[in-house]
Amino acid sequence: MEFLASGVQIFESTLRVSTPLLFAALGGLLSERSGVVNIALEGMMLIGGFGAAAVALSTQSPVAGAFGAIFCGALFAILYGLFVIELKADQIVAGTAFNMLAAGVTPFLMKVFYDSSTSTPSLPLELRFQQGPVWISWVCLGLVWAWLKYTPSGLWVRIAGEHPEALDSAGIRVKRVRWISVILSGCLAGLGGASLSIFLASSFSRNMTAGRGFMALAALIFGKWKPVPTAIACLLFGFFDALQIRLQGVVLWGSEPVPVQFIQVLPYLVTVLVLAGVVGQSKAPRSLGVPFQAN
Amino acid sequence: MRFKEKLPQILKPLISIMVGLSLGLLVTKIAGEDPWNVLEILVRGAFGSRYDFGMTLFYTTPLIFTGLSVAFAFHSGLFNIGAEGQLAMGALSVAAVGILFPNAPGFLAPVLGVLAAVVGGGIWGAIPGWLRARRGSHEVINTIMLNFIAAGLTSWVTLYLLKNPDSQNPETAAVAPSYLIRQFSFFDGAPVSMAFFVALMAAFVVWFILWKTVLGFEIRAVGQSESAARSAGIDAAKMRMLAMAIAGGLAGLVGVGEVMGNADRFRVGFSPGYGFTGIAVALLARNRPFAIVASALLFGALHKGASELDLETENVTRDLSLILQALVILCVSAEGVWDLAGERYKLLIKKKWIRSAPSPELAEEHYSPKV
Amino acid sequence: MIPAVEFRRLNKSFHGVHANVDISFKVMKGTIHAIIGENGAGKSTAMKMLYGTYQPDQGEILIHGKSWGGKPKSWTSPLDAIRSGIGMVHQHFMLSAPHTALDNILLGVETSHPFFSFLPKSLRPISRVQAQVKLDRIADQYGLKVDWSAKVENLSVGIQQRIEILKLLYRDAEILILDEPTAVLTPQETSELFAQLKKLCQLGKTVLIITHKLKEVMSIADHVTVFRAGRVVGEREISETNIEELATLMVGRKVRLQADAPPPPQVKEPVLEISGVSLAARHGLKNVSFQVKAGEIVGISGVEGNGQAELLQVLLHPKDHTESMTGEVKVLGKSTAGMTTEQVKELGVGVIPDDRLRDGLLLDRPVRDNFLLGLQRRKPFSRAGILSYSKLSKEVSRAIEEYDIRPPLQQAKASLLSGGNQQKIVIAREFKYSPKFLIASQPTRGVDVGAIEFIHKRILKARQEGSGVLLISSELDEILALSDRILVMFDGRILAEFKRGEATEQALGLRMGGAVS
Repeated sequence: MEFLASGVQIFESTLRVSTPLLFAALGGLLSERSGVVNIALEGMMLIGGFGAAAVALSTQSPVAGAFGAIFCGALFAILYGLFVIELKADQIVAGTAFNMLAAGVTPFLMKVFYDSSTSTPSLPLELRFQQGPVWISWVCLGLVWAWLKYTPSGLWVRIAGEHPEALDSAGIRVKRVRWISVILSGCLAGLGGASLSIFLASSFSRNMTAGRGFMALAALIFGKWKPVPTAIACLLFGFFDALQIRLQGVVLWGSEPVPVQFIQVLPYLVTVLVLAGVVGQSKAPRSLGVPFQAN
Repeated sequence: MRFKEKLPQILKPLISIMVGLSLGLLVTKIAGEDPWNVLEILVRGAFGSRYDFGMTLFYTTPLIFTGLSVAFAFHSGLFNIGAEGQLAMGALSVAAVGILFPNAPGFLAPVLGVLAAVVGGGIWGAIPGWLRARRGSHEVINTIMLNFIAAGLTSWVTLYLLKNPDSQNPETAAVAPSYLIRQFSFFDGAPVSMAFFVALMAAFVVWFILWKTVLGFEIRAVGQSESAARSAGIDAAKMRMLAMAIAGGLAGLVGVGEVMGNADRFRVGFSPGYGFTGIAVALLARNRPFAIVASALLFGALHKGASELDLETENVTRDLSLILQALVILCVSAEGVWDLAGERYKLLIKKKWIRSAPSPELAEEHYSPKV
Repeated sequence: MIPAVEFRRLNKSFHGVHANVDISFKVMKGTIHAIIGENGAGKSTAMKMLYGTYQPDQGEILIHGKSWGGKPKSWTSPLDAIRSGIGMVHQHFMLSAPHTALDNILLGVETSHPFFSFLPKSLRPISRVQAQVKLDRIADQYGLKVDWSAKVENLSVGIQQRIEILKLLYRDAEILILDEPTAVLTPQETSELFAQLKKLCQLGKTVLIITHKLKEVMSIADHVTVFRAGRVVGEREISETNIEELATLMVGRKVRLQADAPPPPQVKEPVLEISGVSLAARHGLKNVSFQVKAGEIVGISGVEGNGQAELLQVLLHPKDHTESMTGEVKVLGKSTAGMTTEQVKELGVGVIPDDRLRDGLLLDRPVRDNFLLGLQRRKPFSRAGILSYSKLSKEVSRAIEEYDIRPPLQQAKASLLSGGNQQKIVIAREFKYSPKFLIASQPTRGVDVGAIEFIHKRILKARQEGSGVLLISSELDEILALSDRILVMFDGRILAEFKRGEATEQALGLRMGGAVS
């Protein structure tokens, strides 16, 4: 019975901790399917998380906080798009820089607004989301899936990442498609950050994402750049996370506590193995990372 | 002609630095600080005294190593975002050797430590190199993933195998005294050690390998065009593995200064992101070894200078250095700006030698991205 | 009669170099109009302006007598061209491989059920059924059948081209531009395509073909416009011209279409022996056996994609194919099984790769480094792993002089040289140590006519000096002019062998299409 209860608990917390991952991974999926590498997910999440906490604090409304996250994420994504789509900066270099920027800007703003560079003031329980983000993240999954599969613009996104010249010669502006994908990517990643700061925790704190943006990226690759498998990967990684939290300090065998480090690195290890073709094959969109130059 | 060709190469990064720094300093205005004041604190913090300058050099040292690491991999056409993991593995290896072989004689111990750093980092660099060469999986993702795996692994080894029993902090026991290298008294106690000279030497060695040896020629050929190198009989896969292993080894050398010259032990999370800043260092220096020394000095000074901000200003913290770094990288990387600024600079050779009518269709056909 | 398309004094330059100068000509409705010219003559640039990919600096284009908008710059994207009934089949197909034929065709002109008209257009669910109905009708009308639900990556090149044409018809294009449409087709597929194009014309469409193959122009076109160095240098009715005249117009001087081969020297021991080689791959090799002897040129003809690339792979990179390859390859009497590329080349093998920009050169690097590529481990260029730049410089200046490489600058980036000069670097390098066995794959592709003669002479000279040469080329003229023996490759097999003088173009063409005698 106790076993069952802890099973339910783990299931519940799996759903909860995989929410930010799912948002961010969906964001990454849109951007990468359109041909823009997005290792700036981490930074987008940070900015979104901060925006959510700040807006929720000042408006006393978590919903407004969520919109704040979307807005901040989009703003950050627009800057990112400016560099990688228009100015043709290397997408990996720019992504790294944007992660640094977010890691620097968030404590900077916290210091300015709240005179603390470590965390924002705590939100009372009623100003945090209870379950909403979990549901919304799965709705987003459905929307992204249907959009890519059934609509013209979804088809354009997919072809922008595979053969942008084909899209261009069909009279559709590749850059515009990529812009929209990247901005949506920022919105979703921003929501991912929000579900950290005003759903799973009660405030935004310094470097709160702790690599979740990269884990989302890993889930995206593990999910072969497809929405549903990516969501499953997020659940799996969320499960590892939930398990790891639960096993912290627990002695299962012998006298030493379980070395949770091994569970922590599992998502990353699995991703390396998947990419190496040891566990299935994962193929990136063909034109991923190649800036498009209209003639 | 040579000068004309070089001029934009020197001017571009300088302009980028200026723009990036100015933007960053303007940001401090939002926080209600005087940008000039902030600039002054930055400069004074970095170069104001022997101690400050020493600290700047202390931060410069690992950045030279990681900058060289990123650059070396880049010359083979690979993007090493994994210097952060490689330097952790290198540093841990130094600590492990220093703890496991405490009786190594005084003259041998530092050499052993350096070797451990190179091997530890080198192995961690060779893994993504091997994965790329043999399994075709992209090194960017793999190095990112390996950073996290290294973080888990080093923290496990530290906590479970080499723990310092006298401390609550996640750190190993101290290495044997014979492993410690000299710090220079000139810098009033700043932990600048021989490691700085090791870094300068590394820059020279990297330059020599890349431009004066067959190995370097082959590595650069692979980086420029894998298929052309392959057709010329160069084993591209081997060159890339080798380049990544060397890159990892260079990053691993960070452990020499940290473990043997500063902390006497491995501390989990000792690096404030040297590996990532290394990307900025290499980028700004356009992957040239000697320019990397200068560019590392700039970022080292930024890091040291910014650490004074916590105390000396009301509203700006040391995090400003991250913002400045990011802005400098972005300004340097925005290639498109230069296209807009002056396309003509690209035609450096006298026009009459260029094919009378260009064939854009031919150029397009064969355009292929480098990475 | 109003022409379907009229170019009026069109000008376009890139970075100060003139690609098109005062281009003026007319294309009549319902005809097939050929545009010919050498690489870089500006024909593609002109067509891309018609299609809206480039905007002209000056001049205008009239469609059915109407200038679009009056101002030259108003034609800002292919979309404008598509809307006015112009479509283009690019030389490199604009098809996304992992998507279906149907999705590729309806890309950009998706239709949806009227029920969804409350949504913005780009979000209305695509009605693929509706599109298929229209496509089936078009396919019936023009006789162009395709499996709509097949993924493009699984279809043959001929079918992919058909999809490209259907794409245009689906958009109700009246004027079709085809850029080098036969480059990747077999002679049979080519004649099939030509039949389809003629049918399109009968049904009122106008076809523009960009090509450099004069024979095809003669067999299909009604009119021809000749481009040279960015200008229109001639316009002819096909019925009033001939190949020689067109060739002379194209090149600007009298050309000999055939190089005179001196009689072969004494043929000696084999430099290459291939016996029973098979390679498991997408375009694999099937039981290939032949020899190349010292002092002879063996030509491999065939449409690209019939195993030539794989043959090169097996010869050059035996180590990478140890598992997938069976049979034996001997170079200069030694089996190459398990050898690295370096070991193969050390036996005395020189290689001119077909795609020099990809496989032959480091484009961003100076001429000097490109000369060194592949020779870096040899004396005097290096000793004990250390390079000697002074020795290298001397060798390079000698090569620049001997091969007349322009510009004569060691530090010039390879990418800034013309195709012919780039190829000369490759040849200078590969001939440095007088290879006993030379592999020349498409040695004159994308090279100006002057350089073609030079390269042919060099290859013949190598033969006179006793090298064995394996010449792989899809240019029949080149094969016929140079080869002592001709092998025809089809679907990974050697289908036929001819001696010099025995082969005719017809016979080769038939075999290239897979016909067995």
